[in-house]
This record gives sequence, structure tokens and C-alpha cells, in this order.
Amino acid sequence: MASNPNTYRNQPDERGHFGDFGGRYVAETLMPLVLDLEREYRAAQADPAFQAEFDDLLEHYVGRPSPLYFAERLTDALGGAQVWFKRDELNHTGAHKINNCIGQILLAIRMGKTRIIAETGAGQHGVATATVCARFGLPCVIYMGAEDVRRQSPNVFRMKLLGAEVVPVTSGRGTLKDAMNEGLRDWVANVHDTFYIIGTAAGPHPYPELVRDFQSVIGKEARVQMQDRIGRLPDLLVAAIGGGSNALGLFHPFLDDPDVKMLGVEAAGHGLDGDEHAASLLGGFPGVLHGNKTYLLQDEDGQITEGHSISAGLDYPGIGPEHAWLKDTGRVEYTAITDEEALEAFQLLCRTEGIIPALEPSHAIAAVAKRAKEMPKDSVILANLCGRGDKDIFTVAERLGVEM
Amino acid sequence: MNSPTRIAAAFAKPHPALVCFVTAGDGDTAANLDALVEGGADVIELGMPFTDPMADGPAIQNANLRSLGVGTTTADVLKIARKFRGRHPDVPLVLMGYANPMIRRGPDWFAQAASEAGVDGVICVDIPPEEDDALGPQLRDKGIAPIRLATPTTDEKRLPQVLEGSGGFLYYVSVAGITGKQQAAQTSIEEAVGRLKAATDLPIAVGFGVRTPDQAGAIARVADGVVVGSALVELVGEHGADAPEKLRELTASLAKAVHSAAKAPSKEG
Repeated sequence: MASNPNTYRNQPDERGHFGDFGGRYVAETLMPLVLDLEREYRAAQADPAFQAEFDDLLEHYVGRPSPLYFAERLTDALGGAQVWFKRDELNHTGAHKINNCIGQILLAIRMGKTRIIAETGAGQHGVATATVCARFGLPCVIYMGAEDVRRQSPNVFRMKLLGAEVVPVTSGRGTLKDAMNEGLRDWVANVHDTFYIIGTAAGPHPYPELVRDFQSVIGKEARVQMQDRIGRLPDLLVAAIGGGSNALGLFHPFLDDPDVKMLGVEAAGHGLDGDEHAASLLGGFPGVLHGNKTYLLQDEDGQITEGHSISAGLDYPGIGPEHAWLKDTGRVEYTAITDEEALEAFQLLCRTEGIIPALEPSHAIAAVAKRAKEMPKDSVILANLCGRGDKDIFTVAERLGVEM
Repeated sequence: MNSPTRIAAAFAKPHPALVCFVTAGDGDTAANLDALVEGGADVIELGMPFTDPMADGPAIQNANLRSLGVGTTTADVLKIARKFRGRHPDVPLVLMGYANPMIRRGPDWFAQAASEAGVDGVICVDIPPEEDDALGPQLRDKGIAPIRLATPTTDEKRLPQVLEGSGGFLYYVSVAGITGKQQAAQTSIEEAVGRLKAATDLPIAVGFGVRTPDQAGAIARVADGVVVGSALVELVGEHGADAPEKLRELTASLAKAVHSAAKAPSKEG
């Protein structure tokens, strides 16, 4: 693996590999299907009408471009670098997830598929998928761990309002990874008419690539907005990482700007020393799961272990393969933030900026708080505020000992 | 007798082969495997348990969970295989499972360990020909057959790629779906097996959703082998310590149906 490639933006290779990672580790039944999807995606990329429809929906349905915001009071409170936010929590449905869902449903329609399935953890990707299915009139089945169905009842109700069928997954241990297993089982049994909208930049090729491409609207807008506002690019980009789609969306358009440093923030849960975290890059080992080779939380026999994070959206034992490659090449630095630190950052942003962030970007904000203090006042940090916190107020209240 | 020869010999018998699957570490696996052989199984598939068996239906999912629940390790699976080889020097043994437990310590380690345990073939559900580099060369190096799957979605154009580098037998997954659910229509199986036999000299074994002697017998009339898994694994789940007796009974009735079916004509014949 080249440690200093000329460009960091030409991955994956024609086999879907990001260095040693990625690939198409799927059952034979699905192989012809992922090859079809790749062909169709290449055709869509070359079709100006596809891009035009995607752009139009992002502008008029999602509400893009999302604002670039200078967090002045947070900057003052931290006393170091200027902190800016890309406000993707202001998108329709309240998170970055919708960008990808718009792209994938357009692909599904292009391929003549008539039924949509997806997995969801906290329910944000499920809500975004149910939303685009309602918008385009396609039936939609969302697989969600039984335990998550119980904990995230407002999102379950949202999905049902939008016309989706929500299937509680009790197989395995009833978590996000089990929901993904169940999604793959559905797909393999319904290959003729079903499109699987994967929610993050993971899974078999070409999913990591196409999810990244659809999410890259975040970074493309941010580049232009930064130039417009301050006449230069930021010094540091920061984003939270579960599967890693919001981070790649922000990072990818900047990967070949050598002066822009990047920091991906994993969930350290109760701390990286124990097993109660969801930091696949910092606490895991390379392996194969859900169609790709990447860093995984696993034991010495290759059995997958359960992640833990206060944020259900980060609570997954794997990570998108491009992040695995960016880690090994050293282009992106990765760190981890504990539940406690994320909770503090959540409250800090509420009080200093009047923005209630989701627990996922609260991890990024906590990392920003640490770094900003160490950087000069004329330096610029841009963090992705990838989701709003309405969905998390019950979790936060419980942690703060407040009865609602 | 070397490994590929053991599988070839099983398919060279004057009758179609019965291939039986159980999950390693689920119940008394040694006794379960002996019961399959005594009942008349020609080839044994030993499932390597995995936390995330995404191509399997509830029966085999549960077997995986039961096995991992009692702490089954990769070392245990290899030990079960090695002891089986000691008791049954001529019965082909195939490990079936998912990529991650197989490559965790590196593909060379796994191929070497499987070879030392007397394993003849390996079926890895989530390593398609496109990712053969992940394990295939190492297995072939040790004389272990990488057994590939063909499915209803594997078209004529793709089939040669599936066959390239594969060995032992070709496992035809008769339905697009997961293990243990519905069974394919007999006519579609006949059509598919005909298509596969025109493309390869490898024996064709058909599985997924085969539960009864009648179904197995019907398939055996057109294929070289029939694979039964979920129905056997369910017996292990239901009967625990009494499972071997039940496995022997079901295997015997399956074997009777499969072995009495007329052998499928070979490509040359």
C-alpha cells in the first residue's frame, strides 16, 4: 500500500479496493446484483440528467446548500482557533443521511427496482429512507434491532407515518449489525425487485464509493463557502465517525489539499481500555463483515463483538473501508471521545450557540473543544454538524438524571 | 489418500451422494457427526460458527448462537475436524462458514491448520471469485478444495469465473435466499443442473431448503449430490443429548432416498 500516493481522491480501484480494504465479500447470489449496481452507477455518473435531478432535489427538497456558520460564542468560550460548522443538521429530516438516500433512490428507480429496504440503528437513516420512499411512492421495509425499536419509539412512529413497514429484528442480539444481517437476508431472497439503500459508506463495492460521492456535496459546498467567507480553506476538518459517511462527505473534496488536516472522531463509549466502546479503527483489527474488508471490533477468533456508545448512530462494530485506508496511509488522524465528553460537548453547544446537536456530532464537538484550545486564534476549524439532537433528548435527560 | 481424492471418491460411488451439515460446537458434535456417517452420509459439512451468519435462516443462525454461547473457538472446530478424521479416514470433510473467522489469523495459518486437521474442502459463503485472493490460493496450495457456490442469479457469462479455481464439487444453491427456507421447483433445479453440467466436470450438489427424503430423492435423480443442513441442525437444537439417534434416523431415510435414485448421467455420458 502506497503511503504517499499522488492523490487521495482516486480510490477505490476497479475491484472496489481501497488499498487492502473494501472489496465485494458477498454471497454469490448477491454478486451479479452488486455488479449490476456498479454498471448502473457508472452510467448514472455519466448522465447529466441524473446529476441534474439529484442537484434539484437537494436544493428544493432537502434545502441545500446547508449554511456555513461561524460559532462565535463557542470560539470565545474555547479561547483558541475559530470554530465553524457545516450545518447539515438543518437538512430536511434533520441529518446528513438524506443526501445519500436521495442519490440511492434515484439509482433504484433507474434500475427499475420497485421495493426498497434499509437497516437503521437510531432511526435517522430509516427516517430518511422512509422519507424518500414516500416522496417517490415506493414501498419500504426498514430493519431495526428490537432493542432500538423500543428505545427510539419517536423515530419508529415517524417511519410508520411516512408509510414504511418497520421490522423489529430479534435474530442475533437484536442490534444494528443484526438489522444489517436481516437486510442482507431480505435482499438475497428478493433480488429481482428490491434495492437495498445502505446508510453509510460501507458494505460491498460500489456502496462505499457511491455513498461517499452522494455525501461529498457537504465538502464541495464547504470549500466554496469557506473561500467566499474567509478567502481560504480551513486548517482542520473534524467529523464524527460511526460508519463514516458524514466524515467522508466533508473530507473527500479536501483530501488533496495538503494544508488541510483532518480528524475523524470515533466513539470511545466508557473508554478505549475496556470493551465498552465503538472505536473500530482505534480498538479493532482488519477483517471481513457485511461485504467489505475493514477494521472491526472482534475477538481473536474473528467473532464480532458488540460496540457501545451513548450515541446509537455510532454504535456499530465496523467502519467504512475508505477510512481504514485513510488511517493506514496517515492522511486522516483518528481519535476517540467518551460518552461523558460527548455529553459535556452536547450541553456546551446548547448553551453557547443555541443549537441542540445530535449525540453523534457531539463527539466531533468534544474533539473540536480539545483541539481549538491548542491552536492559534487565527487558525480555522471546520466541523460537520451532521444531525440535530431532538431524537436524543430522552437519552440525555436519562443520563443527566432528569425525569421527563 | 489425499484431500481432493477423498471428495472425488465419494462422488464416484455408484449412487448420488448425500451431503450432511451440522454446526461445530452445537451439542455433542463428535457423536452427531458419527451419527451422520452411520446413517449413510457420503460427505460431511462442518459449519464454523460465526456471530453474523447473514446467508443463513433461523435454524442455522440459532445453531451458531448455541455453539458460540458455550464458548466454541476456532481451535475447538479444528479439533473436532481432526478427531473426525482419526475416526473416519475415508469420509470427506468440508468446513463451511464465513470469511472473518477463517482469515482472522491469516489465510496461510487457516489453510495450514485445516490441512493438518484433515479437511478436504472449504466453503466460504462470503468470498466470491472476485475476492479469491483472500483465501483461495492458500487453500489450493495445501491441496484443499475451495468449493464455490452457484445460484439462480449466476448467469452463463459469470459461470466460468465461478468455476475458475474451484474444486471438490460445485454447490448449487437452488433458491435465491437464505438456508432452510423454501425449496426450489424441481423443474428449475433440473434446468439449472443441466446448465452447470454442460460447463464443468465437477460434481454438482444441490442444497438450500431440502428437508425431506422425497425432496432429496427427487433432486438426486438429476444431480450428483444433495445437501441437507437446516433439517438436521433443527434436530440438534430440539433434542440436545438425544440428537445423535434422531440424526441417524433422518440421515438413514435421506440416504435411502438419495442412494436409490438413478445416478445423473455424466457430462460425457
